[in-house]
This record gives sequence, C-alpha cells and structure tokens, in this order.
Amino acid sequence: MATEAVVPQAIVMADFKGKVDPDWCPGCGDFGVLAAVQKALVELQIPKHEVATISGIGCSSNFPGFIDTYGMHTLHGRSLPVATGMKMANHTMTVLVTGGDGDGFGIGCGHFVHATRRNVDLLYLVMDNQIYGLTTGQTSPTSRLGMKTKSMPFGSIESPLNPVSLALAAGATFVARGFSAEQKHLTELIKQGIEHKGFSFIDVFSPCVTYNHDNTFQWFRPRVKKLEDNPEYDSTDWGAAMEKSLMWGDEIPIGKFFERTDLPTLHGAEPVLKNGPLVQQDSRIPADVAKTFIDELM
Amino acid sequence: MRQSFSVGIGGAAGQGVATPGDIFAKIFSRRGLHLNAYNAYQSIIRGGHTFLTVRTGPDKIATTDGKLDLLIPLNQDTMERHMRLLSAGSACLYNADLIKPGTPADGVQLCPIPVSKLADISRNKVAQNTLAIGAGLSMMGIGFPALESVLEEQFRKKEKAVIDENVNLARAGYDYATQNFKPFAWPLPMTDTRYAVLSGNAAMAMGGAAAGVKFYCAYPMSPSTGVLHWMAEHARKANIMVRQVEDEIGVINMTIGAAHAGVRAMCATSGGGFALMSEGLGLSAQAEIPIVVIDCQRAGPSTGVPTKTEQGDLWQMLGAAFGDYPRVIGAPLDIADSFKMIPEIFNITDRFQCPGIVLCDLLLSEGRLSVDPKELDFHPPVDRGELITSNGSNGHEAYKRYKITESGVSPRVIPGVPGYTHTVSSDEHDEDGVLISDEYTNSVKRRAMMEKRMRKENGIAAAVPPPQLLGPANADVTLIGWGSTYGVIDEACELLREAGISANHLPIRWLVPLHGDAIVDLLKGARRTIIVENNFSGQFARYLRSETSFVPDGNIRKYDGEPFLPHHIVEAVKEQLAGKTKLSVPAHEIMV
Repeated sequence: MATEAVVPQAIVMADFKGKVDPDWCPGCGDFGVLAAVQKALVELQIPKHEVATISGIGCSSNFPGFIDTYGMHTLHGRSLPVATGMKMANHTMTVLVTGGDGDGFGIGCGHFVHATRRNVDLLYLVMDNQIYGLTTGQTSPTSRLGMKTKSMPFGSIESPLNPVSLALAAGATFVARGFSAEQKHLTELIKQGIEHKGFSFIDVFSPCVTYNHDNTFQWFRPRVKKLEDNPEYDSTDWGAAMEKSLMWGDEIPIGKFFERTDLPTLHGAEPVLKNGPLVQQDSRIPADVAKTFIDELM
Repeated sequence: MRQSFSVGIGGAAGQGVATPGDIFAKIFSRRGLHLNAYNAYQSIIRGGHTFLTVRTGPDKIATTDGKLDLLIPLNQDTMERHMRLLSAGSACLYNADLIKPGTPADGVQLCPIPVSKLADISRNKVAQNTLAIGAGLSMMGIGFPALESVLEEQFRKKEKAVIDENVNLARAGYDYATQNFKPFAWPLPMTDTRYAVLSGNAAMAMGGAAAGVKFYCAYPMSPSTGVLHWMAEHARKANIMVRQVEDEIGVINMTIGAAHAGVRAMCATSGGGFALMSEGLGLSAQAEIPIVVIDCQRAGPSTGVPTKTEQGDLWQMLGAAFGDYPRVIGAPLDIADSFKMIPEIFNITDRFQCPGIVLCDLLLSEGRLSVDPKELDFHPPVDRGELITSNGSNGHEAYKRYKITESGVSPRVIPGVPGYTHTVSSDEHDEDGVLISDEYTNSVKRRAMMEKRMRKENGIAAAVPPPQLLGPANADVTLIGWGSTYGVIDEACELLREAGISANHLPIRWLVPLHGDAIVDLLKGARRTIIVENNFSGQFARYLRSETSFVPDGNIRKYDGEPFLPHHIVEAVKEQLAGKTKLSVPAHEIMV
C-alpha cells in the first residue's frame, strides 16, 4: 500500500476505542474479551490499520463495531470464510475473527473445521457463553446436557460439543481456552495467538449474565485452573492436550493446550503469494503469458 | 443455407469419445473452419451413453443442427440410437468386428472397418477410435499430415514408440478408407484464418484472468467445474490464487473477503450451489463489496439432471437474497461472449460496488466454439471505480465508508491504508459504518441508506446498453431469446427467411438492468412476437411481462434437458403462424 511517511507514535489503548460504546448487557463477559484484545494489540504495538477484525452475527459478533480497526461484520456463521478470503488477498494484515458459540459451533461449524485444517494464519476468538443471547436465550451447541432454555424448556437432551477437543482433532496449530474474568491471562493468550503463525483458536468462557444461569462467573471462578500453573504440562504434546481438553467438572483447565510451529500457513504454502500480497500484485496478464493461454486452444 | 459438415461420435462413458472429438476439432479449426461442438452425456463415469457432435464449415457455426454427415458409433448402442439421423450422402464408420449395422436410409454409406486386421487390438484398446479418425479424414478430403501433427501433440508426453504406433494406426485407417470407401461429395474447404477452440467455462475463466481476477474459489459442481479446472491449471502462470472450498456458502463468503481486501474476486457454481450462496449475495450488496458470481445453469429443480442444459435459474437470480438491492445480471450470448462479458461485468460491479451475476448454461459452459483469437482480448478496459489505495497527504479521520452521495456510490478504501479504519457490515448501518440495527435504530437513516444504495441502479442502467433488434425490420415474426439461445435463433431466422418467412431476432444479453422501455419500443411494431427459451414456465416471458406488461403472441419452450436445434424453432414458428398453437414444445429427436 502506498503510504505517506508517518512519524511512529506509541500505540495506546485509546487508539483502539470504537466509534460507539459496546451495547452488551451490563456485566457481560464480552467486555473483558474486548479489553483483553485491545490490550494485546497495544502490547504488541500493532497499528490499527493493519488489523482486520471480522465477525459473524450474535452479541459477541458486534465486537468489530466496538474496536477501531478495519472491521467486518459479516453473516451468521460466515466469519471464517470471509476472513480466509481477506487474509489470502492481503496476508500482511493481522486478522482477528470474533464470534460466539452459536455462530462458530452451530451454523458455522463446517467452516471452523476447514479453516482449522487449512491453517489459515488468523486468531479465532470465540466468546463462548453456552447460550444464544441475541435471540433471547436458546440452547447452543455448547449448552450442557439438561440445561433448560426457551427452546428446550424441559432440558437439553443433546450432549454439548467440546470446542477444544474439536479444534485439536481438526488439526489446529494453536489451541487455548481463556476466561473473561482472567484478564491478564487472557491478554497473554491473545498475544500468543496473534503471534502464532497459523490458525490460533481460543475458546473464551464469556458468561451471559442475562440468559445463562448455569454457567455464571461464580460457577466458573472456582473451577478454572491455569495450565500454565502446572510446570509439567507440555503444550507441544498433542495427546496430553487432547486428554486435558476432556476434563470438565470441578476442574476445568484454561490456558494454552497446544501449539505446533512446524506446519506452513495457508498463505505461506501458496506459490502465487511468493510474489507478494495479492492486493499489491499486478493484475494484468503479461502479453506473452496471454499468448500461451490462447496458443493452447489453437 | 450455411454449408456445414457434422460428425457424431458416440459410445459409453470411458470409451474415449472426447479424444476423437478434440482431434477433429483441432484439425477443422487449423483448416480455418469454424466449428461448434456439443457433448450430450450422462452423470456416469463409466458406461451409459455419450454422444458428441462436431459441426464445422467455412462460415460461423452458431449451433449444432442435429443432422449428421458422419456417424462413428463406438458401440452397438450408439449404432442403434443414432443410425436414423443419417440421410443420403452421409456415412457410418464402425468396427466391423463388434458392431452390426442397422438398416440405413437410402444413400447412406456403411463403412465397416476390419479393426482386428488393421490393428493389434490386444495392445491398443482404443484402436478402433484411431482407425476411425484416420478413415473419416480421408473421406472428408483432408490430407494425412494434418492428423499426424495433431497426434504427435496429443501424445507428446509419451515415448516415441507410442506416437509412432498411433500415427501408423491412423494411417492404416486413412489408407483403408481411401481404398475402400467413397469420399464425401463435399470435401472440407480450407481458409487462411485460424481459430481458437474453447468451451464457455474456459472462456469465462480466461475472461476472469483478463479482467484481473486475483482470487477465484469454487466447490465442484457440474456444469461449472470447468471454470475451476482452467483456473487451477493456469493459476501459477496467471498469478491467481485458486481455492477449492468446503461448500458454496464458504465460496461466496471467501470471495467477498478477498474482494473486500481489494482484489477482483470471482466464483462459479450451478443452481444448487447458487441457492447456498444467496445470503452471501445479500452481504455483497449490503456491505457494498463487488463480486462476480457465475451460474452455469443445469436442468433443475434440486439435483435435477446434472449433465443437461436449461435456462431455469432466471427467477432464482432475480430473487436471490432477501431485501431490495442493486444487482447486475448478464447472460452471455455465446462462448466468445462468455469471455467478453467477464471484464465488462467487473467494471460495472466495481463502479457500483454491487454483486454481478453471469447467467450461463451447460450448453455454453461445456460446448465448444471456434473463436477468432483476436476476440480474446487479455487487455480489456479496466475500471475499478472509486477506490482509495493510498492515504495521500490529507487527514481522513472523518472518512465515511457509506457516505451518502448523489450517485449512491461511496468511495471504497482498501483495508490497510492508514487513517481510514471503519467497519463494513451486513447489518444496516450509518454513513460511517456504525450499525443502525440495534441501539441506534433510526428510520430516517435507514431510509436514506436504502435510497443511497438503490440510486446506484440509475448508474448501472446507464452503463449497460439496451438490446438491439437483429435482422430485417417489419419481419413476419420477431423471435426473442436470452443468453445461449442466440446462436440457434440466429440460424433459425436464416432458415425461416430461406423458407420465405422473414424473421428478426431480439437477443437479450443483460437481464438486469433490462431496459424494458427500450424493449417495448422495439417490439411495438412487430407483427408477431415469439419468446424462445429453454425452460417450462417461460421465465423470461414472465419477467418481461412483470417489468413491462408486454405479452408475446407465442412462446417456444423446451425443458427436456437438451438444447434447441434450429429446425425445432423453424417448425414451431410455422405452426404458430398457421394458428395451430401459441405454445410450442419441440420434441428432441436425438436420444441420449
């Protein structure tokens, strides 16, 4: 991109303040996630015009409007393909994808698996509140068995999906879980996720204070245990990560489950991008190349 | 009547019908002959029945016509299905060891080839095909060297022995025919022109490359997959990123993501895949991100007949995605036009920041046409519209992505440029991108944004020319078609004129914007108007009526999966002129 010389200035929290204040319910877990993302970008000193924040639809998907970056508020469940296309066309951008559990694991689950296996270099942050909030409280793919909601008033009879295990099984190269109330820890995970070259997935417990009376801040607080507190835990061990991901109950692990750095990213593996970001490449077919295309048909 | 010569080659899928077709096409086009090829096939990889027709001649060949001069049946089934298409002067070349001829019409030459005597059939499974190509060319009066050079190219990756074996086999067939069969009365002429032979799918892919497409993605779906194949094969030479995506929902959204980042992005599918894309089409419109989607129509609804043609997706395109928004829909008239239309529609979608749809069909997608290479212009005019690619020297904090303007077009910035950060959205939004779908709901702003977007329709209408009437004024009959029926109607008009019925033709190339007033103006003096289309309900007739109140005198429709042949239209016009019916549905006589 042709740009005028800009005198470098330290990047501060105010740079990332959105045009409007979040209209989430007071006390919503998503406030903590927004602050952690802004903090991570400041700590990494990434200029806002180099960041694309792309979401689907839902409470947490309103996120791009509340942070000043190049934002994209797409369709329900479709943030990952949009983000993939954007990253492929301009891989110099830092791409953040934000959304909820319904958006990512319900309607968008197919894309989640495929963006994961493609190792698209982006950070996918799911604000997982185990409920559909913006549609006023229905069962989500991560709602617990037996949970009562407006759509399943007598309790869910379906087992919830395990996002961390699913991401590991689909081949994610960075898998973590955070908790909105653990600001510092979450900020650290986001920084690592942004810096990781490949598909980074963070499932964040971001409690819904209006519709989910089961998985509240109070419920999570005594249960979450940081993997980082266990010096023996090896986040390069996929088997150990899978095993940890299955833990649920009195102890729920949060932190970095897994990371591997030996696989190429999608844009790194694409020969066409060796000539630079697509958006900066010449889009004209040289006359000699055009001639070969026509000669094939003669 | 246009002088032409048609070869039909039929067999089971997997028997190698395509190769002889390609070889004949190459030889004809290198003689400076025009050609048009259509492959009638089934959704089966091995077995079933495939029937390829190549029609050639010195003048433009706009369609196949169902008549055969040479039939090459590769199995008994083909002999039985198509022998009846042969009439006096034509010939049938077949493997005498395996195939029994039926009873031909008078004057049809039966040409049995003693394949096991001329070839070692234990070594070469497609010996009969190669022998028949050689024999056929001899009878057409084409010298052997033309075939020799094509075979050498065909097998260039193989060792010399393989090339020699095939050349010798072809020569054996050629010599055998020279000695034993009667040549055709009309030896194929030669001209100085040389043509490229290509499918509509290759044409659209190349048109994309010419338009500067940098990102293409797709999910395989017949009959659109050829676009993906061309793109994938040529991606590295053309510097286009090509991705195969998990489904068409992913496809359109990935296309939108790439387009938003600032490159021209395109995708192709067929009706079923398009149905999955429709919500994404609305996102393109609402977020004002230009994309081009190609829909290669096949016979529907649902899975329908995947290998058969139809013009049945028009209303899906008109109604795709909910809400009102500006869109542009073009239907290329032939394979050369399939190339040309892509850069044109990109210029419109870029200027007006809206989705563009190219409505093609199997007939064009998978058919083959000879095209003057000069028509394949890889440096067409490119207009990216109001696109901000640099931050210049001004302050931009007040940048409004959806600024309300008279044209409805708001300057678009490529993400990454400092000073222009903003959010684009599928939700309704204010000029600066802030959502007005939730806390900030505002009926005045909503109305203003709707009107801003819809004002772009005026600009689009001015950017697209109205259709034109072809042929004599004051004709007895005016035939109206859209998209791929252009060629067959053109030839039908010619045949009608030869039969003493003057006919003219109104081909519709742009469906949206339609230019309804211009169409009504053109048609108001017409003596008898007939709409010709490849679907059951008269989708275009209904559309034209809804836009203009115009009702034609008659309709000719076909929905059996096969394209119109010129005589179908000629006979239908005659029966309508005789007052026998107002709706003709011609029966297809070639059984595939």
